[in-house]
Amino acid sequence: MITAAILRALDKKAIWVISILLLAAILVPLSNLMLPVGHPLRVPNYLVPLMGKYLSYAMLALALDLIWGYCGILSLGHGAFFALGGYAMGVYLMRQIGTRGVYAHPELPDFMVFLGWPELPWYWLGMDQFWFAAIMVMLVPGILAFVFGWFAFRSRVTGVYLSIITQAMTFALMLAFFRNDMGFGGNNGLTDFRDILGTPIAAPTTRAILFAATAIALALSFLVCSMIVKSKLGKVMVAVRDAESRTRFIGYRVENVKLLAFTVSAVIAGIAGALYVPQVGIINPGEFAPANSIEVVIWAAVGGRGTLIGPIIGAIIVNVGKSYFTAALPDFWLFALGGLFIFVTLFLPKGVVGLFTSVWNAIQARRASSSAQKGVGPAPGPETDFPITTESDAGNAQPKTNPAE
Amino acid sequence: MRTAHPFRLFLVTILVAILAGLSSGARAQTVSEIVPTMADTNLRGLAAAVEALAATGEPQAVAVLEALGAGNLYETADGGIYIRAGSGPIRDAATGETAEGVAPGDLKLIRINNSLRRDIRAAIGNLTLLSDDANVRLRAAREMFGTADPANIELLDEALAEETNPSVRTVMEQARAAAILKTDVSEEEFAAAVAVIAARGDRQALGILNSNLANASEIERVNIEAGIARINQALALQGIGQNVWYGISLGSVLLLAAIGLAITFGVMGVINMAHGEMVMIGAYVTFVVQEIIRTTNPGLFDYSLAIAVPAAFLITGLIGVGIERGIIRWLYGRPLETLLATWGLSLVIQQGVRTIFGATNRDVGNPSYMSGAFEFFGIALTWNRFWIVIFALVVFALLLLVLNKTPLGLQMRAVTQNRRMASAMGIRTPWIDAMTFGLGSGVAGLAGVALSQIDNVSPNLGQGYIIDSFMVVVFGGVGNLWGTLVGAMTLGIANKFLEPYAGAVLAKIVILVLIILFIQRRPRGLFALKGRAVEQ
Repeated sequence: MITAAILRALDKKAIWVISILLLAAILVPLSNLMLPVGHPLRVPNYLVPLMGKYLSYAMLALALDLIWGYCGILSLGHGAFFALGGYAMGVYLMRQIGTRGVYAHPELPDFMVFLGWPELPWYWLGMDQFWFAAIMVMLVPGILAFVFGWFAFRSRVTGVYLSIITQAMTFALMLAFFRNDMGFGGNNGLTDFRDILGTPIAAPTTRAILFAATAIALALSFLVCSMIVKSKLGKVMVAVRDAESRTRFIGYRVENVKLLAFTVSAVIAGIAGALYVPQVGIINPGEFAPANSIEVVIWAAVGGRGTLIGPIIGAIIVNVGKSYFTAALPDFWLFALGGLFIFVTLFLPKGVVGLFTSVWNAIQARRASSSAQKGVGPAPGPETDFPITTESDAGNAQPKTNPAE
Repeated sequence: MRTAHPFRLFLVTILVAILAGLSSGARAQTVSEIVPTMADTNLRGLAAAVEALAATGEPQAVAVLEALGAGNLYETADGGIYIRAGSGPIRDAATGETAEGVAPGDLKLIRINNSLRRDIRAAIGNLTLLSDDANVRLRAAREMFGTADPANIELLDEALAEETNPSVRTVMEQARAAAILKTDVSEEEFAAAVAVIAARGDRQALGILNSNLANASEIERVNIEAGIARINQALALQGIGQNVWYGISLGSVLLLAAIGLAITFGVMGVINMAHGEMVMIGAYVTFVVQEIIRTTNPGLFDYSLAIAVPAAFLITGLIGVGIERGIIRWLYGRPLETLLATWGLSLVIQQGVRTIFGATNRDVGNPSYMSGAFEFFGIALTWNRFWIVIFALVVFALLLLVLNKTPLGLQMRAVTQNRRMASAMGIRTPWIDAMTFGLGSGVAGLAGVALSQIDNVSPNLGQGYIIDSFMVVVFGGVGNLWGTLVGAMTLGIANKFLEPYAGAVLAKIVILVLIILFIQRRPRGLFALKGRAVEQ
């Protein structure tokens, strides 16, 4: 049954995406490690963790799109799951420092020695084992999402209200992690990592392997999301997105569908965070900032929500742009990001992918015959007066919101 | 105002002479004559100078005495006397003017001992207790209350005989009572003194009573303990009152920030993430108005807020209408997209303001009636907080009036309740949307004027309030201004009552978690609109 689901998930597009990611997972490390310095095809050292960072962001955007694009849940707090996964990994990495800290304490990280803590808090125990930390990376965001979603979806908190309380959740977590008493390094977060799985974290080989791991994890997440979307569950999710009340009246347990999607999405976000931290070398409470979570939404929107490829492309485009502009024109970046939010929501509701699809469809249609496309008009309903460019109208149906909202 | 100058000077001189235990130097000299005698002398010489300074009655004498007491008075090898607080400018002790050409290295500290320090305190008290300025007298009386020196009793009696200002009088009586507790007096007098101090009801009074507890007789002890109990009770009440006030003060700030948001959310179902930036623009309008006034007509400074209020309302209101016409109306029926677009807009506005005005805090001044503090049953209230509470309530009342008594308000309420029906009845809903958005943004601008008085005016001003405003709106419920009022006040007061136990950050976290839980119980807030239109 699982093989059938995998086969169903692997349509032409999915095969392309997964092959490209796997190819990158092999070629980038090879080129970085094997080719001599100065070779034109060599990926320079600084670029490997940077690309790894982009891919972990892409994974976060993918996780968000699974619930936003397919289930209509706009979470403005997905950065919280990402950061929790990151903190779980950060705690593991802190425990690997051992006696090499400033205070050379065998057990306690520097900040705990500094704060005069006598011993490790209970939630740090066991985190020196990689397998345990890896489970926590998935479990902590998963449990938080499950509990949060359990309450929220059962009491039918939807739409803007849900967005606001997810934002409140990440804001509360940010405030909590800023506190020194929380036991996660307070303001400074966790940093100065040395080893991961016994190898030095800054070594080119480790970096290359981490990049490969991120690419593979992204490919696997893509596969999982694709399986979910193509399954019956995925169809129900889309039904919930487009007409929640109707789906409920037909007899589906809407809250269970949402809860499952939300939890899976949070786990993927947590894994993304865990892959992000060793490549960036720091995790601090700033990752919980509501602004970060909203930025994730724009990655998905730019790429094209309601598609699985879109968020990956969007995250990479926006972050490459961010890396470039924050260095070249620092004042310009926030204008660009803000403008992007407005432009995409007004003119590109289906994102870059939607734009390509519709251009492609238009070309195909023109080739076939000029009379066949006359019948295709915009769907009736409240959306008709959106100033959507004509190209983007021919793709998949626009995610509808209930007109009564 | 008070004319008995020569007589008072004479009195002061006599009293100081008694205090210092010396009987010479009754001739009134000026400060500039006395100061040079302080150079290159011993403690006895300094004591004489202190006594002589007390006799001058000049304000500069107080400055010299305070500097001497605080260890800020220096001499140089050539006999000059200078005042220098910390590493501040060096001033001539005789005139108080900045001294040129004196190297800090040449300054030698004039050392004093404890008994001289006491003399200095008393001398300052004498110079100030009989001053023409009621504030100076009040400060002096407060100081004497703190020292509670029996030697001051006569002086206080003297001052009380002349004092007409009731609040200064009260403090002088308290200072006298505090001093009396340290002397041997009759039981009745002692009980009366305890009662006077207990009536003060603050921590300082508590400290004085406690310090007298140790060497009190049995009957006195009973008296004092009753007084302490009374003060503790008053303090507990005051603590509650203080928390309620702080809560109301925070609540009114939240109310101002959230009420515009509540209107737009109620009518249009739109969460305007750029709302905080409207607040920020309102604060910058205040800044610009004050700058213009400063450069053109400084006399009008006290009216700057009165000018800024309508200006901020108009400017942010127009920007709001522009946003609605330019962006939001294209996104009707897609609240989540609106949220994203307005978030983007907020980034653009923030960066725009940062580019124009710079990233640093701008200085917005308080007009005279907004600065300072006053006491209300022992609770210290600052004027700016007080006026902001009043302002928030006035804005609330005006909005209530607009919503309930004007045609625009009627139409807005109709659109809130049932957009399609309202449209069918001939209400131009797009126009109402634009007006609503303009009104909501204008109110945010008003909030900005108020917040400019208590918060840093920087491009990030709005961000600090936006999440709290959301919380107020979702907690209070939409479509009803009372919900916003109750929501804001509840959150404000709850926050301030939690703070002493949990600390500011934890209190905020607890409030956020409570709201998240509350939303589960009542997904539409405290005051939810009933009816089919708001049901999904």
